[in-house]
Amino acid sequence: MTENLLDAASLDAAVKAAVEAFDAAGDLDALAAAKPAHLGDKAPVLLARRSLGSLPGPERADAGKRVNAARQEVQAAFDARREVLLAERDARVLAEESVDVTLPWDRRPRGARHPITQIAERIADVFVAMGYEVAEGPEVESSWLNFDALNFGKDHPARTMQDTFYLGEGQDSGTVLRTHTSPVQVRALLERELPVYVVCPGRTFRTDELDATHTPVFHQVEGLAVDKGITMAHLKGTLDAFARAMFGAESTTRLRPSFFPFTEPSAEVDVWFPEKKGGAGWVEWGGCGMVNPNVLRACGVDPEVYSGFAFGMGLERTLQFRNGLPDMRDMVEGDVRFSRAFGI
Amino acid sequence: MRVPLSWLRDHVAEVPADAEAVGEAFVRVGLELEEIHGTPELTGPLTVGRVAEIEELTEFKKPIRFCRVDFGDTTREIVCGARNFVVGDLIIAALPGAVLPGPFPISARKTYGRTSDGMICSAKELGLGADHSGILVLPPGTAEPGTDALPLLGVDDPVVELAITPDRGYCFAVRGIARELAASLGEDYTDPARRVRVPEAEGPAWPVRIADEAGCPRFVTRRVTGVDASAPTPWWMQRRLLAAGMRPISLTVDVTNFVMLDLGQPIHAYDATRLQGGIVVRRAEAGEKLRTLDDVERTLDPDDLVITDDSGPIGLAGVMGGASTEIPLDKTGSVDVVIEAAHFAPTVIARAARRHKLPSEASKRFERSVDPQLPPIAAEAVANLLVEHGGGRIEPGRTDVGAAPILPPVRMPLDLPDRTAGVSYERGATVARLTQVGCAVELETSGDGKAGSTTLVVATPPSWRPDLDLPAALVEEVLRLEGYETIPSTLPPAPAGRGLTPAQLRKRAVSRALAEAGHVEVEPFPFVGDAAWDALGLPEDDVRRRTVTVANPLDADRDRLATTLLPGLLETLVRNKARGFDDLALYTLGQVVLPHRNPVPMPDPGVDRRPTDSEIAMIRAALPAQPVHVGVVLGGDREPRGWWGRGRPAGWQDAIEAGRLVGAAAGVELRVTKAELAPWHPGRCAALRVGEWVVGHAGELHPKVVEALGLPPRTCAMELDLDAIPLQDARPAPRISPYPPVSVDVALVAAETVPAAEVAAALTEGGGELLEEVRLFDVYTGAQVGEGNRSLAYALRFRAPDRTLTNEEANAARDAAVALAAERVGAVLR
Repeated sequence: MTENLLDAASLDAAVKAAVEAFDAAGDLDALAAAKPAHLGDKAPVLLARRSLGSLPGPERADAGKRVNAARQEVQAAFDARREVLLAERDARVLAEESVDVTLPWDRRPRGARHPITQIAERIADVFVAMGYEVAEGPEVESSWLNFDALNFGKDHPARTMQDTFYLGEGQDSGTVLRTHTSPVQVRALLERELPVYVVCPGRTFRTDELDATHTPVFHQVEGLAVDKGITMAHLKGTLDAFARAMFGAESTTRLRPSFFPFTEPSAEVDVWFPEKKGGAGWVEWGGCGMVNPNVLRACGVDPEVYSGFAFGMGLERTLQFRNGLPDMRDMVEGDVRFSRAFGI
Repeated sequence: MRVPLSWLRDHVAEVPADAEAVGEAFVRVGLELEEIHGTPELTGPLTVGRVAEIEELTEFKKPIRFCRVDFGDTTREIVCGARNFVVGDLIIAALPGAVLPGPFPISARKTYGRTSDGMICSAKELGLGADHSGILVLPPGTAEPGTDALPLLGVDDPVVELAITPDRGYCFAVRGIARELAASLGEDYTDPARRVRVPEAEGPAWPVRIADEAGCPRFVTRRVTGVDASAPTPWWMQRRLLAAGMRPISLTVDVTNFVMLDLGQPIHAYDATRLQGGIVVRRAEAGEKLRTLDDVERTLDPDDLVITDDSGPIGLAGVMGGASTEIPLDKTGSVDVVIEAAHFAPTVIARAARRHKLPSEASKRFERSVDPQLPPIAAEAVANLLVEHGGGRIEPGRTDVGAAPILPPVRMPLDLPDRTAGVSYERGATVARLTQVGCAVELETSGDGKAGSTTLVVATPPSWRPDLDLPAALVEEVLRLEGYETIPSTLPPAPAGRGLTPAQLRKRAVSRALAEAGHVEVEPFPFVGDAAWDALGLPEDDVRRRTVTVANPLDADRDRLATTLLPGLLETLVRNKARGFDDLALYTLGQVVLPHRNPVPMPDPGVDRRPTDSEIAMIRAALPAQPVHVGVVLGGDREPRGWWGRGRPAGWQDAIEAGRLVGAAAGVELRVTKAELAPWHPGRCAALRVGEWVVGHAGELHPKVVEALGLPPRTCAMELDLDAIPLQDARPAPRISPYPPVSVDVALVAAETVPAAEVAAALTEGGGELLEEVRLFDVYTGAQVGEGNRSLAYALRFRAPDRTLTNEEANAARDAAVALAAERVGAVLR
């Protein structure tokens, strides 16, 4: 009996039976079920090993080698089969868990910031990087700051109720909805130590009826630099840097002589816009000039010692040509589709 | 200002044929190009005809004329709707085959029951100016019938239209813009004012007394007698007036207009026979009346400057003449003309034109200042043209009272233009350019001419440039004529900026946080009406009803500045809903305007110096408070329905959470307490507090408000005053313990009226330093906890900073927490 178990033919048969049984197992459960018969305590190879002790020394060593080899062979067959079945199972599970990743999961609606907020922030960042500070002021403003200090004569047509929203009892109230962000420049000069380099984005008001190209409530950004030795070349350099930041490295600006009460010399600013509809070209962008000495004087700055430049643009206008905005009303109506198109 | 190139050629030696090049030359020196009106597209037979016969057709809605027109060798029948012509007049007809600008092809066609064999043209139809008030009638003798009309029209003469900035009044004349063009092109210029010879006069022309020298510094009259009242204006002059956008009317009117366009001096012509006594220039008396040329009776203001004679006011000075002394258009025989050419103060005229809403060609010029040396010259030019084309005789007298104001010289360092531009101009450029604009220039050396002395330019501006009153103005002349394109591009030395302020950074953080949490930013207008407060259910004494009024609102129903962001946001919500969007979360950040209870008057400091600190403080005090608010409105689902299941409607919780989110972005944990405030639901309104200080409110809106404004049901809102939240800088770092926590759950039963926040606050305080977090995970009401009670289940997390906490320690801390909750709010362990 013992000899039978240990002879080569018996061991070979046991191994063969085990391999066949394992290979026949179709899944991990079947394999587990097949295991005790071939690797359990009662399995032929284990019984054979247990019977080794009954053999005499020399024979025992020989038979021991055979039994070990057979056992290893059975174990290897099991492991190999198990690996295959594991891999099969893992693959199946992953396949079963596959989903349609294109199903939408928009349970949290997207928010957005208004494009005016975004462009104002972008511009502020450009100037902060040039060493400027962002100055702000109230929307309800005194006529003195909005007009007088900016060298608008008492009879200047811009002061009329045709153009300017007056508060309280009217023109005599001395209080307006600011018609430009320039009073913030005056405030900056009154409140800050020289030199002053500020950029002022903000909401402004004029008595235009709302239509496709006008809105009574709009936004401007103005820049002001007052320092010793400021020249118009510095103004041009600053505008060029601004244009490049907003419209790309190819952009530049062009100045045309013009007139504003608060600057002298004054100029209109055209910007070279590479993405212009119908081909790169000049686009009217804003106004600028050297701060009128009368303005400096009204702010307590000695024009013999200091000079300055100022410039201003409309943010709606900038968005209009930069982003191809078709209708000004979209800016103010608050349709969620409009802001969402510009993201956060 | 419209001007044909041919007119510019009268004063500038060489003008390019290309109108675009002329336009660019103007732009370079600061005249804004509005438009170039090119040569009109006229082809085919345009022929001069003489009206031979007129048959009035009266059976139609408007009177129609059926005319026989003589074209020399042929006669044609043409139907015409205009009535400003008589038999014998010379007209221009477009005959079949002609194409007028448009393009508008002409053919023989049946109209008003007759066959019209062509069309009699107005000036506008011929592309000649804007006049369409009647057909164009040529002066007698201009051409023979049958002549080709094209050469007469001067079609090869483009018109340049310029916008004139308010500082350049002298450019409201061909004289002025031709000077600019010559300077820009570097061409020779002939001043048309110098072409007029003003002879010595003998005695006065018509007596004048100036009673208001400030309003009228100078007044000139000249008299021409025996002018043929029916003499036509020569065609060349009519053509120029048409090209300039004016309508030829009669010889006297046309000549005054022509001289005004050429020189810039507005001129008025009186019928001497209708003047009663001498002219007096004075301010109007209250209640005085004047019928102006446009046949409107105007009540005068004591600030109005008027021209008067013995009969009273006969003209609103510098704005419009009176009807009583004009030369009647139907005057026959000869006319005795008194020519007025005066100089008026710009502000006086500007105010009068504005007051009477009468922006005339004259007021437009006087407002921007007219050359005070012009009156005798312009009067002479008018007299000469009247005699040349209307006959008669210039009387030997001239009245010239008052005097031209003298412009003081302006001094500036010779190198100021260079220093302003950042350019080294060629030597002599400054003197040359200032001379070119008409200044008398001298150089002056200050000091002894050695080291440290500076050379000064002393420039006396020409009489037509009162705007040259500062060194900066002289600098501008040099820079613009040298060309802005020569100014280089350099950056100023960068200052050391301080970056954005904490308040600016906070505003950005708040806006971003709201957007990232799914809110969409909108920018509503700040204009509201009183009705908005009623819709929001604000009590009569609510502080938000105290508003600043807009004196001239675009919409009379919205004449107040918003004290809260909610009306604008809710209106935007409704608009979006109307456009098919149901699930909405909107936000805005903006200033609101809160007037003071007792407003103080706004001071008006001068501009010759810095306002004093107390004046600045008074301006501040006179302005309303304008804090930055943040508002959020929510309607429909906060989380939409989808294939995953139902949506989650936006609720009061979301509004409060939006407020807490703003607080978190601003660096503070806002405290939430129950509140009652319109427009919120009285049971679903929270106050948002920093400590005890209320900074805003949030919750569900009152159902009545929802109904009144047509809002989605259960619309929610939040508004807080961002400026009321103290700025948080340098927040202390927390101590992070690496030791494991012990978590303990407690369920407490308390009366339903006890706010959860108070239970949590008691637990937090009672748990002491070991308590790291209190988190409410369940709220239960039902029979098990008794009527009027609820169970609040909290997860408490304990942790020690320096050791592993034992369960015993954690339990002791829990017991302390529960004990305090029991003591404070009567909560008992379930």
